[in-house]
Amino acid sequence: MRAGFFSRPSGAIRAVDDVSFSVAPGETLGLVGESGCGKTTLGRAVLRLVEPSAGEVMLDGHNILALKKEELRAARKRMQIIFQDPWSSLNPRMTAGRIIAEPLQIHGVAKGKELWERVAELMAQVGLRPEQMRRYPHEFSGGQRQRIGIARAVALNPSFIVADEPVSALDVSVQAQVLNLLMDLKEKFGMAYLFISHDLSVIRHISDRVAVMYLGKIVEEAPRDELFKNPLHPYTRALLSALPVPDPQTRRKTIMLSGDLPSPANPPPGCYFHTRCPLKETRCMEHIPQLKTVSNGHKVACLLAEER
Amino acid sequence: MAAEKQKTLLAIVLRRLARNSFALWGGAAVLGLFAVAVLAPLVAPYDPSVVDTNVILEAPSAHHWLGTDELGRDVLSRMVYGARISLMVGFVSIGIATLIGVIVGALSGYYGGWVDELMMRFVDIMLTFPTFFLILAVIAILEPDIMNVMIVIGITGWMGVARLVRAEFLSLKQRDFVVAARAIGQSDAKIIFKHILPNAMAPVLVSATLGVAGAILTESALSFLGIGVQPPTPSWGSILTEGKNYIEFAWWLSLFPGLAILITVLGYNLLGEALRDALDIRLN
Repeated sequence: MRAGFFSRPSGAIRAVDDVSFSVAPGETLGLVGESGCGKTTLGRAVLRLVEPSAGEVMLDGHNILALKKEELRAARKRMQIIFQDPWSSLNPRMTAGRIIAEPLQIHGVAKGKELWERVAELMAQVGLRPEQMRRYPHEFSGGQRQRIGIARAVALNPSFIVADEPVSALDVSVQAQVLNLLMDLKEKFGMAYLFISHDLSVIRHISDRVAVMYLGKIVEEAPRDELFKNPLHPYTRALLSALPVPDPQTRRKTIMLSGDLPSPANPPPGCYFHTRCPLKETRCMEHIPQLKTVSNGHKVACLLAEER
Repeated sequence: MAAEKQKTLLAIVLRRLARNSFALWGGAAVLGLFAVAVLAPLVAPYDPSVVDTNVILEAPSAHHWLGTDELGRDVLSRMVYGARISLMVGFVSIGIATLIGVIVGALSGYYGGWVDELMMRFVDIMLTFPTFFLILAVIAILEPDIMNVMIVIGITGWMGVARLVRAEFLSLKQRDFVVAARAIGQSDAKIIFKHILPNAMAPVLVSATLGVAGAILTESALSFLGIGVQPPTPSWGSILTEGKNYIEFAWWLSLFPGLAILITVLGYNLLGEALRDALDIRLN
């Protein structure tokens, strides 16, 4: 909210509300949810690219949200982001080489000849030819551009990377290549990913653990296989039922959700999902369910699932 | 590295300009003005300030192509030297306006908040003044001198550029490549100058080209009113002033400077609009 002499009325939207999760070193946490549910905002808030109004983000024992401007700039070395749209994530007036070199220059990692050797090495690591260093972004394909963005993100050996739908703008044939690159890099450098996607098959492929988000809240979180085998939240079940099964004999009933995602500016009372939930009861409209552990590592925010 | 892309981008822009006949005419007029101004001592048939009492107010002839004025000075030569004033006024005053506008717009758009509020309200205040009368008032207080005229035109003409640059910054700072620059810990100054500004310059170039036309007109008007360029320095506006006293029988004193202003302003406008179309990369 703004106030002051020239104030304009502006509403506050809780794009992400009361969310808590952790990612272990070397782990990939998949964050899944439909568009507009706050996945991107969450990813950017964690990196303080949007300022959260409250909360705590701990990275290697330091609270990122408490850092001052210069401390934050230095801390950015350890946390990075890969963007969804490879067409807007690269400065059109900088060459690929200079884009990848920039983080190294800022943090004084390398300079002169060593800098360009390091850039060439990074390009090779992400599957680009070092000779392409002098080319501009518009001379690359979408998949190649995404590789440039990945090289920029891993240049400083970060311990944590937010991958915000890194393959959803790419052709299906290229998606697998980029996913495999991300997994190879993780193996090599041991960083942790917060992998944001709306695509369940991608999430299933890459994640160790999965968190499901609905309207700014995490409604279920579990190790990957547990979540896909035994989904507890009705929203997760609806999502999973939409996933195609590679077996023509299997017949599964698709749970169709009716209605639209409610506006986050005016969320429904009680459980945010009750307006579309096939199992809703009266109490769902009154009580907000908390994310509770129901079995080993499996958390769910549903009044009904808790009792089972 | 930079030359490679600039070559391709420049090639695209030049090709588009070449296909646009208005751009060619506009460019020719502007280039012609440049050539005449730079080569004035070679082009002018006479010394522009030499008085010749034998040829007072002579009509255009083989000796004096555009006639002579009330002191017997050659009108063509005076106009050739006047072109230098027009060129200088266009560049210096628009240079000042663009510099101020880019700085104000960049800070405003990048930082937002109270910085933006403060600067944009100041722009609003500046815009409430009728610019021409503001210039008149300031020149009346200062010395009427060509340098002062250029500075005043500059510091009263930056508001449009500021708003333009602010709007570009507002949209560009949301783009992922700018967010990426923040994410790798780049400094504000480098984000502004390396990442945003180079991508915001195309509309500024167009507005500057169109602005030159306005500045030339303003200078001519001020000189016409006698508070711009001071005699004996020739300027198109001051030739017009002298000419208005003899307009009934020495039409050439008013017609030719008027035509020169018309062609120059038209040339800059045509070029500016063609540039606007050519630089809009999104068209393709």
